[in-house]
Amino acid sequence: MRAYTPKDNVQKKPYYTDRYWVAPQVAKHDVSSDAVFAEDLEAIKAQFDVLEAYIQVDQMVVIINPADNFAVIEMLKNERAYNQLSEMSAIDWLADEGKFEIFYQMLSMTKRKRLRIKCKIDEKESIQSVEKLFRSADWSEREMYDMFGIVINNHPFMKRILMPDDWEGFPLRKTYPLQGDEFAAWYEVDKIFGKEAREIIGPENRDPARIDRYDTERFARLGHEVPRGTDISNGEPDTPLVYQETEGVFMIEKFDAEKSVVISDRDR
Amino acid sequence: MAQHQVNYLKDGGLPVALTTIDKVVNWGRSNSLWALTYGLACCGIEMMASGASRYDFDRFGTIFRASPRQAELMVVAGTLTKKHAEFIRRLYDQMAEPKWVISMGSCANTGGMFNTYATVQGVDRVIPVDLYLPGCAPRPETLQYGVLMLQQKIRRESASRAQKPKRLM
Repeated sequence: MRAYTPKDNVQKKPYYTDRYWVAPQVAKHDVSSDAVFAEDLEAIKAQFDVLEAYIQVDQMVVIINPADNFAVIEMLKNERAYNQLSEMSAIDWLADEGKFEIFYQMLSMTKRKRLRIKCKIDEKESIQSVEKLFRSADWSEREMYDMFGIVINNHPFMKRILMPDDWEGFPLRKTYPLQGDEFAAWYEVDKIFGKEAREIIGPENRDPARIDRYDTERFARLGHEVPRGTDISNGEPDTPLVYQETEGVFMIEKFDAEKSVVISDRDR
Repeated sequence: MAQHQVNYLKDGGLPVALTTIDKVVNWGRSNSLWALTYGLACCGIEMMASGASRYDFDRFGTIFRASPRQAELMVVAGTLTKKHAEFIRRLYDQMAEPKWVISMGSCANTGGMFNTYATVQGVDRVIPVDLYLPGCAPRPETLQYGVLMLQQKIRRESASRAQKPKRLM
């Protein structure tokens, strides 16, 4: 068993931080600068609470309450002609504010406009499925559940989509280590051979730069092959490419270039 | 006294070939290595290319089969994910003895550049491997050279049915 290292603050300890680095911000514009978006925003505001709204890179971003997500998207689809849900997923802000941000990227083919609906939920909070409105949300919501652990209400098939069904942990959370936790490190060994095989198989080699130049138990250099287990610390022989044993193989003849016929006359 | 050697196979000699059981069995095994198609990622494309007409694997007797029951060589070509690990083990177990495994490419050898939670760090954690092919991805020539090396390995082995099964553990 490897020693346990706390992984609660992975996000707070990146390898290198520049103290003076400021994240570049994309300029936000007022919604009134675009007539089509202003009209859409008025329609949303008439029925629902809008926490914030702005235009960024020619796309309107509307931040709403998470309880309204289904109704807002239904309204936008049926009344405001946003007839495509091109993308939806979540962002992990748990370390900063203890919340997930969920976004729905929508496209109106007739208006040629893109709009983004955002809402923030707590870690344990669940959210309503929009799969009834857009079939594309089916897999996206399953992926959200798989990667972030966000539970979706009224989803027809709430099951992991990418990771195995018996996986523990949610890999896209910032607290999840890239190289996997203890469960991930031993997953295939535990599942196939059982936990008692851990000591026999040993831990994963996670050092990609590890090269044992003199390991002839597992590797042989092409063109420098030696019998398995030979000590090559004093150099190894330079073996030319051989495709057969020197004495030949039973009933197989070696190709003799002298005896072969090269057809140069195509009319032959 | 004149020393001479009769080559029974040539020069109008007797239609008799003298050999050992080991040699004739291994001759058959090594020259009809039917491989299980195991293209997991981009190495699978190179594996397909080696089977196609330009590189022509058939001339070495290697024919790709889609069933583990008909295959004795597993060419693990590509990234093995942890989700898939149990299935590669199951397919390996379904292959009849004797069986051999070629781990093709960096990902199958060591996990390669996928130093992440979802990738098995080398297929040798799950199944025993006979030959590791370096490369990302190895060219078809490398795979064919690897199979020829494996043929040599098979010819060195005993053909006895009592050969001990390879175990990972």
